[in-house]
Amino acid sequence: MSDKHLSTQFDAELSGISTRVLEMGGIVESQVARSVYALTNFSAEIASEVLMTEERVNQIEVEIDRDLSTIIARRQPTARDLRLLIAISKTIANLERVGDEAARIARTVQRLLNSGVSSRLRLPVKDLGYESELAVAQLRKALDAFARLDVDKAVEVLKADDLIDQEFEGLMRKLITFMMEDPRTISSSIDLVFVAKAIERVGDHAKNLAEQIIYIVKGTDVRHNSVNDVESLVR
Amino acid sequence: MDTKVNLPVTEKPKLSVRNLNFYYSSFHALKNINLDIPENKVTAFIGPSGCGKSTLLRTFNRMFELYPDQRAEGEILLDGENILTSKDDVSLIRAKVGMVFQKPTPFPMSIYDNIAFGVKLFETLPRIEMDERVEWALKKAALWNEVKDKLNQSGSGLSGGQQQRLCIARGIAIKPEVLLLDEPCSALDPISTGKIEELIHELKTDYTVVIVTHNMQQAARSSDYTAYMYLGDLIEFGPTSDVFMKPKKKDTEDYITGRFG
Repeated sequence: MSDKHLSTQFDAELSGISTRVLEMGGIVESQVARSVYALTNFSAEIASEVLMTEERVNQIEVEIDRDLSTIIARRQPTARDLRLLIAISKTIANLERVGDEAARIARTVQRLLNSGVSSRLRLPVKDLGYESELAVAQLRKALDAFARLDVDKAVEVLKADDLIDQEFEGLMRKLITFMMEDPRTISSSIDLVFVAKAIERVGDHAKNLAEQIIYIVKGTDVRHNSVNDVESLVR
Repeated sequence: MDTKVNLPVTEKPKLSVRNLNFYYSSFHALKNINLDIPENKVTAFIGPSGCGKSTLLRTFNRMFELYPDQRAEGEILLDGENILTSKDDVSLIRAKVGMVFQKPTPFPMSIYDNIAFGVKLFETLPRIEMDERVEWALKKAALWNEVKDKLNQSGSGLSGGQQQRLCIARGIAIKPEVLLLDEPCSALDPISTGKIEELIHELKTDYTVVIVTHNMQQAARSSDYTAYMYLGDLIEFGPTSDVFMKPKKKDTEDYITGRFG
Protein backbone atom coordinates (compact mmCIF):
# COMPACT_ATOMS: atom_id res chain seq x y z
CA MET A 1 0.00 0.00 0.00
CA SER A 2 1.45 3.28 -1.06
CA ASP A 3 -0.17 5.83 1.23
CA LYS A 4 0.02 5.78 4.97
CA HIS A 5 -2.75 5.42 7.49
CA LEU A 6 -3.20 7.87 10.33
CA SER A 7 -2.31 4.90 12.52
CA THR A 8 1.31 3.91 11.85
CA GLN A 9 0.69 0.77 13.92
CA PHE A 10 -2.00 -0.31 11.43
CA ASP A 11 0.45 0.29 8.57
CA ALA A 12 3.02 -1.83 10.38
CA GLU A 13 0.50 -4.64 10.90
CA LEU A 14 -0.53 -4.67 7.22
CA SER A 15 3.00 -4.58 5.89
CA GLY A 16 4.05 -7.20 8.45
CA ILE A 17 1.36 -9.62 7.35
CA SER A 18 2.15 -9.02 3.65
CA THR A 19 5.80 -9.80 4.35
CA ARG A 20 4.81 -13.06 6.05
CA VAL A 21 2.74 -14.02 2.97
CA LEU A 22 5.78 -13.41 0.75
CA GLU A 23 7.93 -15.43 3.11
CA MET A 24 5.44 -18.31 2.95
CA GLY A 25 5.32 -17.94 -0.84
CA GLY A 26 9.10 -18.10 -1.06
CA ILE A 27 9.19 -21.30 0.98
CA VAL A 28 6.55 -23.17 -1.05
CA GLU A 29 8.08 -21.96 -4.32
CA SER A 30 11.40 -23.51 -3.32
CA GLN A 31 9.56 -26.64 -2.06
CA VAL A 32 8.11 -27.21 -5.53
CA ALA A 33 11.45 -26.61 -7.25
CA ARG A 34 13.25 -28.91 -4.77
CA SER A 35 10.66 -31.69 -5.03
CA VAL A 36 10.98 -31.78 -8.81
CA TYR A 37 14.78 -31.59 -8.50
CA ALA A 38 14.55 -34.64 -6.21
CA LEU A 39 12.61 -36.42 -8.96
CA THR A 40 14.89 -35.51 -11.87
CA ASN A 41 17.99 -36.39 -9.81
CA PHE A 42 16.51 -39.43 -8.03
CA SER A 43 17.44 -37.94 -4.65
CA ALA A 44 15.72 -39.41 -1.58
CA GLU A 45 17.57 -36.94 0.63
CA ILE A 46 16.11 -33.84 -1.03
CA ALA A 47 12.65 -35.45 -1.11
CA SER A 48 12.72 -35.87 2.66
CA GLU A 49 13.97 -32.27 3.08
CA VAL A 50 10.86 -31.10 1.21
CA LEU A 51 8.65 -33.16 3.50
CA MET A 52 10.28 -31.69 6.58
CA THR A 53 9.50 -28.16 5.40
CA GLU A 54 5.79 -28.95 5.14
CA GLU A 55 5.36 -28.61 8.89
CA ARG A 56 6.80 -25.10 8.82
CA VAL A 57 4.50 -23.99 5.97
CA ASN A 58 1.44 -25.22 7.86
CA GLN A 59 2.63 -23.38 10.95
CA ILE A 60 3.04 -20.08 9.03
CA GLU A 61 -0.44 -20.46 7.55
CA VAL A 62 -1.94 -20.84 11.02
CA GLU A 63 0.01 -17.82 12.29
CA ILE A 64 -1.02 -15.59 9.39
CA ASP A 65 -4.65 -16.64 9.85
CA ARG A 66 -4.46 -15.74 13.53
CA ASP A 67 -2.96 -12.31 12.70
CA LEU A 68 -5.69 -11.72 10.10
CA SER A 69 -8.44 -12.29 12.67
CA THR A 70 -6.70 -10.00 15.13
CA ILE A 71 -6.34 -7.17 12.61
CA ILE A 72 -9.97 -7.48 11.48
CA ALA A 73 -11.22 -7.50 15.08
CA ARG A 74 -9.08 -4.58 16.21
CA ARG A 75 -9.01 -2.35 13.13
CA GLN A 76 -12.34 -3.02 11.43
CA PRO A 77 -10.77 -2.44 8.03
CA THR A 78 -12.76 -1.23 5.03
CA ALA A 79 -12.35 -0.95 1.26
CA ARG A 80 -8.89 -1.89 -0.03
CA ASP A 81 -7.56 -2.72 3.45
CA LEU A 82 -10.41 -5.19 3.88
CA ARG A 83 -9.92 -6.50 0.35
CA LEU A 84 -6.22 -7.00 1.07
CA LEU A 85 -6.95 -9.05 4.20
CA ILE A 86 -9.66 -11.16 2.52
CA ALA A 87 -7.30 -11.76 -0.41
CA ILE A 88 -4.47 -12.73 1.94
CA SER A 89 -6.74 -15.24 3.62
CA LYS A 90 -7.42 -16.90 0.26
CA THR A 91 -3.82 -16.52 -0.90
CA ILE A 92 -2.34 -18.39 2.05
CA ALA A 93 -4.84 -21.22 1.58
CA ASN A 94 -3.56 -21.47 -2.01
CA LEU A 95 0.07 -21.32 -0.94
CA GLU A 96 -0.52 -24.04 1.63
CA ARG A 97 -1.94 -26.23 -1.13
CA VAL A 98 1.12 -25.52 -3.27
CA GLY A 99 3.11 -26.86 -0.32
CA ASP A 100 0.86 -29.94 -0.28
CA GLU A 101 1.51 -30.53 -4.00
CA ALA A 102 5.27 -30.31 -3.39
CA ALA A 103 4.93 -32.82 -0.54
CA ARG A 104 2.89 -35.09 -2.80
CA ILE A 105 5.67 -34.99 -5.40
CA ALA A 106 8.30 -35.67 -2.72
CA ARG A 107 6.40 -38.70 -1.44
CA THR A 108 6.06 -39.99 -5.01
CA VAL A 109 9.82 -39.64 -5.44
CA GLN A 110 10.37 -41.70 -2.27
CA ARG A 111 7.95 -44.38 -3.49
CA LEU A 112 9.58 -44.53 -6.94
CA LEU A 113 13.02 -44.87 -5.39
CA ASN A 114 11.82 -47.55 -2.96
CA SER A 115 10.40 -49.56 -5.87
CA GLY A 116 13.81 -49.48 -7.52
CA VAL A 117 13.22 -46.90 -10.24
CA SER A 118 16.38 -45.26 -11.46
CA SER A 119 17.65 -43.31 -14.44
CA ARG A 120 18.05 -46.60 -16.32
CA LEU A 121 14.29 -46.75 -16.97
CA ARG A 122 14.62 -43.57 -19.10
CA LEU A 123 11.31 -42.14 -17.95
CA PRO A 124 10.66 -38.60 -19.27
CA VAL A 125 11.49 -36.95 -15.95
CA LYS A 126 13.31 -34.08 -17.68
CA ASP A 127 10.03 -33.05 -19.33
CA LEU A 128 8.49 -32.82 -15.87
CA GLY A 129 11.40 -30.56 -15.00
CA TYR A 130 10.39 -28.20 -17.78
CA GLU A 131 6.74 -28.17 -16.70
CA SER A 132 7.80 -27.38 -13.16
CA GLU A 133 10.06 -24.52 -14.32
CA LEU A 134 7.02 -22.95 -15.95
CA ALA A 135 4.89 -23.44 -12.83
CA VAL A 136 7.55 -22.13 -10.43
CA ALA A 137 8.11 -19.10 -12.67
CA GLN A 138 4.36 -18.43 -12.60
CA LEU A 139 4.31 -18.69 -8.83
CA ARG A 140 7.29 -16.34 -8.50
CA LYS A 141 5.71 -13.85 -10.86
CA ALA A 142 2.42 -13.95 -8.92
CA LEU A 143 4.28 -13.36 -5.65
CA ASP A 144 6.20 -10.45 -7.24
CA ALA A 145 2.91 -9.00 -8.44
CA PHE A 146 1.52 -9.39 -4.91
CA ALA A 147 4.52 -7.59 -3.40
CA ARG A 148 4.06 -4.64 -5.77
CA LEU A 149 0.27 -4.94 -6.18
CA ASP A 150 0.97 -4.96 -9.90
CA VAL A 151 -2.20 -5.68 -11.90
CA ASP A 152 -0.42 -5.87 -15.29
CA LYS A 153 1.88 -8.56 -14.01
CA ALA A 154 -1.08 -10.42 -12.47
CA VAL A 155 -2.79 -10.41 -15.88
CA GLU A 156 0.42 -11.80 -17.45
CA VAL A 157 0.24 -14.71 -14.98
CA LEU A 158 -3.37 -15.40 -15.98
CA LYS A 159 -2.41 -15.36 -19.66
CA ALA A 160 0.56 -17.70 -19.22
CA ASP A 161 -1.40 -20.45 -17.44
CA ASP A 162 -2.31 -21.97 -20.81
CA LEU A 163 1.35 -22.83 -21.43
CA ILE A 164 1.43 -25.10 -18.39
CA ASP A 165 -1.85 -26.72 -19.38
CA GLN A 166 -0.44 -27.43 -22.87
CA GLU A 167 2.74 -28.84 -21.36
CA PHE A 168 0.65 -31.08 -19.12
CA GLU A 169 -1.35 -32.37 -22.11
CA GLY A 170 1.89 -33.06 -23.95
CA LEU A 171 3.28 -34.99 -21.00
CA MET A 172 0.12 -37.07 -20.80
CA ARG A 173 0.50 -38.13 -24.42
CA LYS A 174 4.15 -38.94 -23.89
CA LEU A 175 3.53 -41.01 -20.75
CA ILE A 176 0.69 -42.91 -22.42
CA THR A 177 3.05 -43.74 -25.28
CA PHE A 178 5.64 -44.99 -22.75
CA MET A 179 3.07 -47.22 -21.08
CA MET A 180 1.92 -48.66 -24.39
CA GLU A 181 5.43 -49.33 -25.61
CA ASP A 182 6.73 -50.84 -22.40
CA PRO A 183 4.14 -52.15 -19.93
CA ARG A 184 6.90 -52.52 -17.27
CA THR A 185 6.85 -48.71 -16.94
CA ILE A 186 3.09 -48.54 -16.28
CA SER A 187 3.35 -48.32 -12.51
CA SER A 188 6.02 -45.61 -12.48
CA SER A 189 4.42 -43.78 -15.41
CA ILE A 190 1.18 -43.50 -13.47
CA ASP A 191 3.16 -42.00 -10.61
CA LEU A 192 4.59 -39.46 -13.04
CA VAL A 193 1.08 -38.66 -14.32
CA PHE A 194 0.21 -37.66 -10.76
CA VAL A 195 3.38 -35.58 -10.49
CA ALA A 196 2.57 -33.80 -13.75
CA LYS A 197 -0.94 -33.14 -12.44
CA ALA A 198 0.48 -31.80 -9.14
CA ILE A 199 2.70 -29.37 -11.07
CA GLU A 200 -0.22 -28.29 -13.21
CA ARG A 201 -2.15 -27.58 -9.98
CA VAL A 202 0.71 -25.36 -8.78
CA GLY A 203 0.14 -23.29 -11.92
CA ASP A 204 -3.56 -23.08 -11.07
CA HIS A 205 -2.73 -21.83 -7.58
CA ALA A 206 -0.45 -19.15 -9.07
CA LYS A 207 -3.39 -18.11 -11.22
CA ASN A 208 -5.64 -17.90 -8.15
CA LEU A 209 -3.04 -15.66 -6.49
CA ALA A 210 -3.05 -13.38 -9.53
CA GLU A 211 -6.86 -13.11 -9.39
CA GLN A 212 -6.66 -12.08 -5.74
CA ILE A 213 -4.17 -9.31 -6.61
CA ILE A 214 -6.64 -7.89 -9.12
CA TYR A 215 -9.33 -8.05 -6.42
CA ILE A 216 -7.14 -6.13 -3.96
CA VAL A 217 -6.24 -3.36 -6.39
CA LYS A 218 -9.37 -3.04 -8.53
CA GLY A 219 -12.04 -4.43 -6.21
CA THR A 220 -13.26 -6.64 -9.07
CA ASP A 221 -13.75 -10.35 -8.59
CA VAL A 222 -12.38 -11.80 -11.84
CA ARG A 223 -12.62 -15.47 -10.93
CA HIS A 224 -14.39 -17.71 -13.43
CA ASN A 225 -13.81 -15.30 -16.31
CA SER A 226 -11.84 -15.87 -19.49
CA VAL A 227 -8.48 -14.09 -19.72
CA ASN A 228 -9.84 -11.77 -22.41
CA ASP A 229 -12.78 -10.79 -20.22
CA VAL A 230 -10.43 -10.16 -17.31
CA GLU A 231 -8.33 -7.83 -19.44
CA SER A 232 -11.34 -5.74 -20.33
CA LEU A 233 -12.57 -5.80 -16.71
CA VAL A 234 -9.33 -4.37 -15.34
CA ARG A 235 -8.76 -1.71 -18.01
CA MET B 1 -18.95 15.94 -8.45
CA ASP B 2 -21.41 15.18 -11.20
CA THR B 3 -24.22 17.69 -11.31
CA LYS B 4 -26.74 14.86 -11.38
CA VAL B 5 -26.84 12.15 -8.77
CA ASN B 6 -29.10 9.34 -9.84
CA LEU B 7 -30.47 6.69 -7.59
CA PRO B 8 -30.91 3.20 -8.94
CA VAL B 9 -34.20 3.19 -10.86
CA THR B 10 -35.73 0.92 -8.24
CA GLU B 11 -35.55 3.68 -5.60
CA LYS B 12 -38.04 6.50 -5.28
CA PRO B 13 -36.53 9.76 -4.03
CA LYS B 14 -38.20 11.28 -0.96
CA LEU B 15 -35.99 14.34 -0.89
CA SER B 16 -34.23 15.72 -3.95
CA VAL B 17 -31.48 18.27 -3.49
CA ARG B 18 -30.77 20.33 -6.59
CA ASN B 19 -27.91 22.83 -7.06
CA LEU B 20 -27.92 23.60 -3.35
CA ASN B 21 -25.50 26.27 -2.11
CA PHE B 22 -25.32 27.32 1.49
CA TYR B 23 -23.65 30.33 3.07
CA TYR B 24 -22.77 31.32 6.62
CA SER B 25 -22.53 35.06 5.88
CA SER B 26 -19.81 35.07 3.23
CA PHE B 27 -18.54 31.55 3.94
CA HIS B 28 -19.60 29.15 1.21
CA ALA B 29 -20.36 26.01 3.23
CA LEU B 30 -22.16 23.80 0.68
CA LYS B 31 -21.10 23.89 -2.94
CA ASN B 32 -23.66 22.98 -5.54
CA ILE B 33 -24.96 19.81 -3.91
CA ASN B 34 -27.10 17.45 -6.00
CA LEU B 35 -28.45 14.41 -4.24
CA ASP B 36 -31.51 12.18 -4.04
CA ILE B 37 -32.49 10.74 -0.66
CA PRO B 38 -34.42 7.50 -1.26
CA GLU B 39 -37.75 6.87 0.45
CA ASN B 40 -37.93 4.36 3.32
CA LYS B 41 -34.20 3.93 3.39
CA VAL B 42 -31.46 5.04 5.75
CA THR B 43 -29.00 7.48 4.21
CA ALA B 44 -25.82 8.37 6.10
CA PHE B 45 -23.67 11.48 5.64
CA ILE B 46 -20.05 10.99 6.56
CA GLY B 47 -16.98 13.20 6.32
CA PRO B 48 -14.45 15.02 8.47
CA SER B 49 -15.45 17.86 10.79
CA GLY B 50 -16.48 20.96 8.90
CA CYS B 51 -17.29 19.12 5.67
CA GLY B 52 -20.89 20.38 5.68
CA LYS B 53 -22.76 17.19 6.55
CA SER B 54 -24.66 18.70 9.50
CA THR B 55 -25.24 21.89 7.51
CA LEU B 56 -26.79 19.86 4.71
CA LEU B 57 -28.98 17.98 7.21
CA ARG B 58 -30.17 21.24 8.74
CA THR B 59 -31.37 22.55 5.38
CA PHE B 60 -33.83 19.66 5.10
CA ASN B 61 -36.16 21.18 7.69
CA ARG B 62 -34.96 24.80 7.36
CA MET B 63 -33.47 24.58 10.84
CA PHE B 64 -30.81 27.08 9.69
CA GLU B 65 -33.44 29.84 9.54
CA LEU B 66 -33.18 30.11 13.31
CA TYR B 67 -29.86 31.89 12.77
CA PRO B 68 -29.29 35.22 11.04
CA ASP B 69 -26.81 35.48 8.15
CA GLN B 70 -27.37 31.90 7.06
CA ARG B 71 -28.93 31.31 3.67
CA ALA B 72 -29.58 28.47 1.26
CA GLU B 73 -29.89 28.76 -2.51
CA GLY B 74 -31.18 26.07 -4.81
CA GLU B 75 -33.90 23.52 -4.39
CA ILE B 76 -34.78 20.90 -1.81
CA LEU B 77 -37.77 18.98 -3.08
CA LEU B 78 -39.84 17.03 -0.55
CA ASP B 79 -42.10 14.82 -2.67
CA GLY B 80 -41.57 17.31 -5.49
CA GLU B 81 -42.29 20.49 -3.54
CA ASN B 82 -39.47 22.94 -2.88
CA ILE B 83 -39.35 23.41 0.88
CA LEU B 84 -36.94 26.33 0.63
CA THR B 85 -39.53 28.50 -1.13
CA SER B 86 -42.61 26.87 0.39
CA LYS B 87 -45.23 29.27 1.67
CA ASP B 88 -46.21 26.76 4.35
CA ASP B 89 -45.48 27.56 7.95
CA VAL B 90 -42.01 26.29 8.78
CA SER B 91 -43.39 24.27 11.71
CA LEU B 92 -45.51 22.30 9.23
CA ILE B 93 -42.35 21.43 7.33
CA ARG B 94 -40.70 20.39 10.60
CA ALA B 95 -43.73 18.25 11.40
CA LYS B 96 -43.04 16.36 8.18
CA VAL B 97 -39.26 16.41 8.65
CA GLY B 98 -38.43 15.65 12.28
CA MET B 99 -35.02 16.02 13.83
CA VAL B 100 -33.02 14.52 16.70
CA PHE B 101 -29.86 16.25 17.86
CA GLN B 102 -26.45 15.15 19.02
CA LYS B 103 -27.11 15.83 22.68
CA PRO B 104 -30.37 14.57 24.16
CA THR B 105 -32.69 17.55 24.59
CA PRO B 106 -35.60 16.47 26.77
CA PHE B 107 -38.02 19.28 27.63
CA PRO B 108 -38.14 20.12 31.34
CA MET B 109 -41.41 18.28 31.81
CA SER B 110 -42.67 14.75 32.41
CA ILE B 111 -41.83 11.87 30.11
CA TYR B 112 -45.46 11.78 29.01
CA ASP B 113 -45.58 15.50 28.24
CA ASN B 114 -42.28 15.36 26.37
CA ILE B 115 -44.05 13.16 23.82
CA ALA B 116 -47.46 14.80 23.96
CA PHE B 117 -46.14 18.36 23.63
CA GLY B 118 -45.35 18.20 19.92
CA VAL B 119 -48.45 16.20 19.09
CA LYS B 120 -50.66 18.88 20.69
CA LEU B 121 -49.26 21.48 18.30
CA PHE B 122 -50.68 19.69 15.29
CA GLU B 123 -53.52 17.51 16.51
CA THR B 124 -56.25 17.70 19.11
CA LEU B 125 -56.59 14.21 20.45
CA PRO B 126 -58.91 12.91 23.17
CA ARG B 127 -56.99 11.81 26.25
CA ILE B 128 -57.30 8.11 25.45
CA GLU B 129 -55.92 8.56 21.95
CA MET B 130 -53.10 10.70 23.26
CA ASP B 131 -52.26 7.94 25.74
CA GLU B 132 -52.17 5.50 22.87
CA ARG B 133 -49.96 7.80 20.81
CA VAL B 134 -47.48 8.24 23.67
CA GLU B 135 -47.35 4.49 24.25
CA TRP B 136 -46.95 3.86 20.52
CA ALA B 137 -44.08 6.35 20.19
CA LEU B 138 -42.29 5.03 23.29
CA LYS B 139 -42.68 1.47 22.06
CA LYS B 140 -41.34 2.43 18.62
CA ALA B 141 -38.37 4.03 20.30
CA ALA B 142 -37.79 0.87 22.39
CA LEU B 143 -38.22 2.84 25.62
CA TRP B 144 -41.70 1.82 26.76
CA ASN B 145 -40.69 -1.05 29.03
CA GLU B 146 -38.18 1.13 30.85
CA VAL B 147 -40.50 4.09 31.50
CA LYS B 148 -44.08 2.77 31.49
CA ASP B 149 -44.28 2.95 35.29
CA LYS B 150 -42.86 6.46 35.58
CA LEU B 151 -44.47 8.45 32.79
CA ASN B 152 -45.13 11.35 35.15
CA GLN B 153 -41.51 11.67 36.22
CA SER B 154 -39.25 14.25 34.65
CA GLY B 155 -37.59 13.36 31.35
CA SER B 156 -34.27 14.71 32.59
CA GLY B 157 -34.11 11.96 35.22
CA LEU B 158 -33.47 9.35 32.52
CA SER B 159 -30.03 8.11 31.52
CA GLY B 160 -28.36 9.62 28.44
CA GLY B 161 -29.32 6.71 26.22
CA GLN B 162 -32.90 6.77 27.51
CA GLN B 163 -33.09 10.54 27.01
CA GLN B 164 -31.95 10.14 23.41
CA ARG B 165 -34.57 7.46 22.78
CA LEU B 166 -37.12 9.79 24.43
CA CYS B 167 -36.14 12.48 21.89
CA ILE B 168 -36.55 9.98 19.06
CA ALA B 169 -39.96 9.00 20.48
CA ARG B 170 -40.87 12.70 20.58
CA GLY B 171 -39.68 13.05 16.99
CA ILE B 172 -41.77 10.16 15.68
CA ALA B 173 -44.86 10.88 17.82
CA ILE B 174 -45.97 13.58 15.39
CA LYS B 175 -45.62 10.99 12.61
CA PRO B 176 -43.16 12.79 10.37
CA GLU B 177 -42.26 11.45 6.93
CA VAL B 178 -38.55 12.06 7.24
CA LEU B 179 -36.44 11.73 10.37
CA LEU B 180 -33.13 13.60 10.54
CA LEU B 181 -30.60 12.32 13.08
CA ASP B 182 -27.60 14.54 13.77
CA GLU B 183 -24.99 12.34 15.47
CA PRO B 184 -27.66 10.68 17.61
CA CYS B 185 -25.25 8.30 19.33
CA SER B 186 -22.13 10.36 19.87
CA ALA B 187 -22.88 10.82 23.58
CA LEU B 188 -24.07 7.26 24.17
CA ASP B 189 -22.55 4.02 25.42
CA PRO B 190 -22.32 1.02 23.05
CA ILE B 191 -25.46 -0.66 24.40
CA SER B 192 -27.63 2.44 23.97
CA THR B 193 -25.99 2.96 20.57
CA GLY B 194 -26.91 -0.59 19.63
CA LYS B 195 -30.53 0.00 20.69
CA ILE B 196 -30.75 3.17 18.64
CA GLU B 197 -29.23 1.50 15.59
CA GLU B 198 -31.76 -1.30 15.93
CA LEU B 199 -34.45 1.36 16.19
CA ILE B 200 -33.19 3.11 13.04
CA HIS B 201 -33.47 -0.20 11.22
CA GLU B 202 -37.09 -0.61 12.34
CA LEU B 203 -38.02 2.99 11.65
CA LYS B 204 -37.19 2.81 7.98
CA THR B 205 -40.26 0.73 7.20
CA ASP B 206 -42.33 3.85 7.95
CA TYR B 207 -39.90 6.72 7.58
CA THR B 208 -37.10 8.03 5.45
CA VAL B 209 -34.12 8.35 7.76
CA VAL B 210 -31.08 10.58 7.23
CA ILE B 211 -28.25 10.25 9.73
CA VAL B 212 -25.10 12.30 10.19
CA THR B 213 -22.39 10.37 11.94
CA HIS B 214 -18.70 10.63 12.76
CA ASN B 215 -18.66 6.94 13.45
CA MET B 216 -17.97 5.29 10.12
CA GLN B 217 -18.73 1.83 11.43
CA GLN B 218 -22.14 3.14 12.43
CA ALA B 219 -22.76 4.39 8.89
CA ALA B 220 -21.57 1.02 7.57
CA ARG B 221 -23.81 -0.88 9.97
CA SER B 222 -27.02 1.08 9.83
CA SER B 223 -27.36 2.82 6.46
CA ASP B 224 -28.47 1.70 3.00
CA TYR B 225 -26.85 4.64 1.21
CA THR B 226 -23.82 6.68 2.15
CA ALA B 227 -22.73 10.15 1.06
CA TYR B 228 -19.14 11.23 1.64
CA MET B 229 -18.63 14.99 1.92
CA TYR B 230 -15.48 17.05 2.09
CA LEU B 231 -15.07 20.83 2.39
CA GLY B 232 -18.64 21.51 1.30
CA ASP B 233 -18.54 19.21 -1.72
CA LEU B 234 -20.42 15.95 -2.12
CA ILE B 235 -17.57 13.67 -3.16
CA GLU B 236 -19.35 10.35 -3.53
CA PHE B 237 -22.82 8.95 -3.02
CA GLY B 238 -23.87 5.35 -3.45
CA PRO B 239 -25.07 2.14 -1.83
CA THR B 240 -23.30 1.71 1.53
CA SER B 241 -21.98 -1.72 0.59
CA ASP B 242 -20.22 -0.23 -2.45
CA VAL B 243 -18.88 2.80 -0.61
CA PHE B 244 -17.31 0.67 2.12
CA MET B 245 -16.10 -2.20 -0.06
CA LYS B 246 -15.19 -0.53 -3.34
CA PRO B 247 -15.54 3.25 -3.33
CA LYS B 248 -15.32 4.93 -6.72
CA LYS B 249 -13.23 7.91 -5.59
CA LYS B 250 -9.79 7.71 -4.07
CA ASP B 251 -10.68 10.54 -1.66
CA THR B 252 -13.54 8.45 -0.27
CA GLU B 253 -11.31 5.41 0.07
CA ASP B 254 -8.60 7.39 1.86
CA TYR B 255 -11.16 8.71 4.34
CA ILE B 256 -12.92 5.45 5.15
CA THR B 257 -9.68 3.49 5.42
CA GLY B 258 -8.18 6.06 7.78
CA ARG B 259 -5.58 7.46 5.39
CA PHE B 260 -6.98 10.94 5.76
CA GLY B 261 -4.54 13.34 7.33
